[in-house]
Amino acid sequence: MTTVIKAPGEAAAEKRSAATGQPRGKSKSGSDGMVLNVFSHGFLAVWGIMIVLPLIWLVLGSFKTDVQIGSSALSWPSNWHFDAFGRAWDKGIGDYFANTLIVMVFSVPLTMLLGSMAAYVLARYPFAGNRPIYYFFVSGAMFPVFLALVPLFFMVKRLDMLNSYQGLILVYVAYSMPFTVFFMHSFFRTLPTAVHEAAVIDGASHTRIFFQVMLPMAKPGLISVGIFNVLGQWNQYILPSVLMQPQTGSDPERYMLTQGLIQLQYQMGYETDLPVLFAGVTIAMIPMLVVYLSFQRQIQAGLTSATLK
Amino acid sequence: MSHVANSKGRGGFIAGFLILPLALYLTFVIWPYIQTFGYSFTNWTGQSPTFDFVGLDNYSALMKDEVFGGALLHNLLLLVFVPTVTILISLFFAFMLNAGGRSGAGGVQGVAGSALYKVIYFFPQVLSLAILAVLFGAVYRSDEGGLLNGFLTKLGLVDPAHPIEWLNEPNFVLWCLLLVVVWHGVGFYLVLFSAAMQSVPKDIYEAALLDGAGRAQTFFKVTLPLLWDSVQTSAVYLGIAAMDMFVLVSTMTSGQFGGGPDHHSEVMATVLMRNFLYFGQAGYACAMGVVMLALTLILSAITLRATRREHVEF
Repeated sequence: MTTVIKAPGEAAAEKRSAATGQPRGKSKSGSDGMVLNVFSHGFLAVWGIMIVLPLIWLVLGSFKTDVQIGSSALSWPSNWHFDAFGRAWDKGIGDYFANTLIVMVFSVPLTMLLGSMAAYVLARYPFAGNRPIYYFFVSGAMFPVFLALVPLFFMVKRLDMLNSYQGLILVYVAYSMPFTVFFMHSFFRTLPTAVHEAAVIDGASHTRIFFQVMLPMAKPGLISVGIFNVLGQWNQYILPSVLMQPQTGSDPERYMLTQGLIQLQYQMGYETDLPVLFAGVTIAMIPMLVVYLSFQRQIQAGLTSATLK
Repeated sequence: MSHVANSKGRGGFIAGFLILPLALYLTFVIWPYIQTFGYSFTNWTGQSPTFDFVGLDNYSALMKDEVFGGALLHNLLLLVFVPTVTILISLFFAFMLNAGGRSGAGGVQGVAGSALYKVIYFFPQVLSLAILAVLFGAVYRSDEGGLLNGFLTKLGLVDPAHPIEWLNEPNFVLWCLLLVVVWHGVGFYLVLFSAAMQSVPKDIYEAALLDGAGRAQTFFKVTLPLLWDSVQTSAVYLGIAAMDMFVLVSTMTSGQFGGGPDHHSEVMATVLMRNFLYFGQAGYACAMGVVMLALTLILSAITLRATRREHVEF
């Protein structure tokens, strides 16, 4: 921060012109700033309301009746019961939630581990084929997922992993690889060589150096990529909607939360029970809101640096 | 690094660390990508194990496919408007947040509460597109129960007896979807630009102000050139998002995998999915995938070239 020191005369002149409402000379920026400030806050507040209002409106909808939702948008909820939430949970939101958690408990750590391993070797060990393999990994980020969709479906089918957790876990890990390798590669390159060499002299093996020296040092990078992967996999819709469909009538539904919500939307359209749908979305939003509010600084910084890298 | 590079057990270690990630990546990403090209020259249905090589038949059929042509056009429209609108709004807000404050004693400063604004604006970014689809499906409801119609009725702009069917109105549907994308994206790009603005040293602004530059001038002559790298990156990201659009279109609009009414909101991804999972035309769908790839690559190249500027160091 810098402070600007003004000559006493100048400050007085500024005050005078502000009082008479006749800005002139140097003092112009002061009153300009005032107008601009009101103007900025006006615009900023309007956008803020546009973000918050639909979300609050949706949450309130889970306390309305179906008839009330259909007849008037601006009505206040008539019953403050939580029964729509209970019904949403019974309609499968709880299961979809569990499915997403089961997949991510494996896919996120596995993504981080395998991605960092590949990135580390590629960043710090020159060997023949290093560059081609690196570009090979990174190039995957440029292609639209739709390019792979048809053969991917049959590949997973051939492995007998359609509608299975392990299938989706492996696919998530594979598709998170380009970005994870790209980001961690640039991170590992910035770590000092001296520490590494010291560890070698102490007789540590390559593997040990990676797990006990380099990985802990790369923690800030791991957190950024971790956030990115958690959000990305949690919100993934296309991959599960192709790969996680019951194949026969007797197969269990292993829908992910995103898929489940869309499923619920169709179902509640027929059953005309929209409060359940709104309650379902509210339930799905709450963990994201909690995680976001607790880590918003890291999330904003993480996603920003991840994009600009 | 020489120490490390030559110590024992190196080769085995490298292979050991690369083998699993590479195997997974090859199996589920690269091999399907490559296969798509092959299948795009066949009449494979996806159900039968056999198929014939049909050369460029799928591609010539694509050229005549009016639905796909319309979808391509919609993607191109979105490609122009999604990045432009999102970047303009986020730049505007980012500048407001960082330089729109009361300028007290001459220096440029952000508005009070800019941290709070950032927290609120960014929130949609952590919501899944599925949540967005349900939320905006409700906002755009075609009766008085929709938030938008509810407001407009209250203001007397919409006749309560004939509310606007936003998502069923051929001329509105695509723009309604565009608004959702913008609503979702502005917060993220605002934070991105804001971070870039903050990394610009304060003395550059002060020097500009001392030289008598106004705020608008400061923005166009100082801020924007220094932010050009981030604007360029954002344009590519938003362009890629505009080429996709699958989730919103398939869940918010009518029809099998969306695209309605009467294909007015169709995008390439929804046509692809319908051909693959509904019409059982896997080979044809693969050809669409290849076209999407080609367009994505061309557009990234164009964006990067068109927005190339001298890199400014500071």
